Amino acid sequence: MFIKLKSLLYNNEVRAALFQILAVVVIAYFAYQAFDNMMLNIEQRGIRSGFGFLNDEAGFAVNDNFFLEYSPASTNLQAFYVGIVNTLVVAITGIFFASVLGLIVGISRLSSNYLIRKMATVYIEIFRNIPILLQILFWYSIALSVFPSPKNSISFFDSIFLNSRGLYLPKPIEGIELYLVIASFVIGIIGYVFIKKHSNKKHDETGVVTNTIPHFLGLVVLLPIVVYLSFGVQLEYPVLKGFNFRGGVDLSIEFFALAFALSIYTATYIAEAIRSGVESVDSGQKEAASAMGLTQTQSLRLVVLPQALRVSIPPIINQYLNLTKNSSLAAAVGYTELVTIFSGTVLNVVGQAIEIIILTMLVYLTISLVISLILNIFNKKIQIKGK
Amino acid sequence: MNKLLKLSAVSLITIGSFSVQAGIFHSDTLKDVQAKGSLTCGVSTGTPGFSSPDSSGNWSGIDVDVCRAVAAATLGNAKKVKFVPLTAKERFVALSSGEIDMLSRNTTWTHTRDTSLGLTFAGVNYYDGQGFMVKKSLGVNSVKELDGASFCIQAGTTTELNLADYFRSNKMEFKSVTYDTSAQTKGGFEAGRCDALTSDVSQLAGLRSTLKDPSSAVVLGDVISKEPLGPVVRKDDNTWLNIVRWSLNAMIEAEELGVTSATIDDASTSPGVQRLQGKSGKLNESLGLSKDWSRNIIAQVGNYGESFERNIGMSTPIQLPRGVNQLWIKGGILYAPAFR
Repeated sequence: MFIKLKSLLYNNEVRAALFQILAVVVIAYFAYQAFDNMMLNIEQRGIRSGFGFLNDEAGFAVNDNFFLEYSPASTNLQAFYVGIVNTLVVAITGIFFASVLGLIVGISRLSSNYLIRKMATVYIEIFRNIPILLQILFWYSIALSVFPSPKNSISFFDSIFLNSRGLYLPKPIEGIELYLVIASFVIGIIGYVFIKKHSNKKHDETGVVTNTIPHFLGLVVLLPIVVYLSFGVQLEYPVLKGFNFRGGVDLSIEFFALAFALSIYTATYIAEAIRSGVESVDSGQKEAASAMGLTQTQSLRLVVLPQALRVSIPPIINQYLNLTKNSSLAAAVGYTELVTIFSGTVLNVVGQAIEIIILTMLVYLTISLVISLILNIFNKKIQIKGK
Repeated sequence: MNKLLKLSAVSLITIGSFSVQAGIFHSDTLKDVQAKGSLTCGVSTGTPGFSSPDSSGNWSGIDVDVCRAVAAATLGNAKKVKFVPLTAKERFVALSSGEIDMLSRNTTWTHTRDTSLGLTFAGVNYYDGQGFMVKKSLGVNSVKELDGASFCIQAGTTTELNLADYFRSNKMEFKSVTYDTSAQTKGGFEAGRCDALTSDVSQLAGLRSTLKDPSSAVVLGDVISKEPLGPVVRKDDNTWLNIVRWSLNAMIEAEELGVTSATIDDASTSPGVQRLQGKSGKLNESLGLSKDWSRNIIAQVGNYGESFERNIGMSTPIQLPRGVNQLWIKGGILYAPAFR
């Protein structure tokens, strides 16, 4: 028995495993000690600990609020949720515009047109090399000085207003009419997807190309408009009352400045990622495409980009993550996202730094992991099969 | 096998010593300060009149003078202070983590801060209140007329909460724009992002004087909150709390006795002045300080009135009247407990 045990100890695999387990135990013990220590210190200093503060009344107002119910009488937990939503909204907006702009600029940079190519290069070189915080402050001060005061707002059809405080839109009032419009929009999209699938199949089988743009316009754009016009949706219009517009939906100028700066900045990196992807595609591919009679656009869309994206996706994931994390610079312009609300105001009111910072970090970690998970799945999908 | 045993023994010893060390707890701030030879004091990142550095990096202000008074009392030299500029958000963590020995940074004494952060307020060196500054062109005379207006506020202050409280209790609506620093708040106000700027009254005067066109804005007469500002220390060190508290009280007491930095060393028959000079009484012993601690404060920093006039009084650009910060015998509420 003992000999068996001894021979087990001299087994390389067992030894390696043993050392690894020991290392984990030592690290875990250190972490536990550090945590225990911290809690002891907190207790000795009479600092309140735990997460009970989340149910306390927040007591402060939040400027940007998209979907949630919130007032100063709400709890700190609700303020936390508002912060998360605001961070997500600005990150998703930024990611969308940065991707579109990045794709366009990245391709322009390789254009055969001298002017377009140079303009793209100049744009990338300028905006990539200026710190993001300065850019946020720059666009914010530009926005503040360019747009007029609320009394002189730029008005579109007397229902949409733009001024130095934000953009004010009519808000649809919930009711059967609104649901009908939303439903017709969803049905339109489903219908279009079917038609597109059908035409793709037809293309695969017979080589006949069907132009589906009219279908798209008809189903996704026209159908909801027809439904809207025939049933009508009640709207709450923003009205200038006293100092500010009231009613409707408002998007603050801080939100625009932040989303704009983040998009412009991150687009430069995405453009470079796209360019490196396109350049990685062998020139023989392009030549083959034109030999087969594909137009420039077709060759780009059908041959080059699908291959380029394989190379571009991993660095683009990084840029999406960076953009999300950079959104925490919002404090500089007063956009009320997670860091401003939660590790700013709530932290100051409650004073429980450890709990609040841990929660904030967890949120960013979760958002980042989810983004990379989604894009990794996408990346797997577009990789060459069977490789 | 032998190796494995050794390794586990070594790691156990390391862990053991780690946990033993964890038990040691710092609570003798006076000894630390005297050993270092300097006082580390948390101040603001620049609030004119309260704590701000000049072009050559010398700090001044009434909050700075409290730091200097404590340095004079404990080290005998008001210049031996290391100033740590802190934002509103950082200040309490810096203090409770031991990065600074005391905090003197226009901090409002509130119930929550005093009871749940492991900190204690040592007194009040300025009685403030929250006020409003508006553009003159709005033609507004009172906060009550600001229903629906936008307000520029600095993040991490009691201001945010007071504003929400006030508008809630008066059933009025408002919008707030929260900036990180006081300078940005002013920038937003100047650019027309908000209709009014709200902050402590003491800061409004200073902010207004730095506007591009100070005459374009007015400070309203309304004050919507109590903001007693004062120095803060950690809760675990009572002696240190007493030292900070009585250093501030010494400055107030000196003004009440009519003793200034110029006259502190003059011979006096008044028992009160003699106690302040350290010539009689044993006020130093229970604090663990030398006999001339209060004399050093007055000689090197001056009394409260001197500090006030030098930093925020009518002869300075801030031009704050004494108001409630006048001595109790002159109609204010400034009152030092009995100095005996």
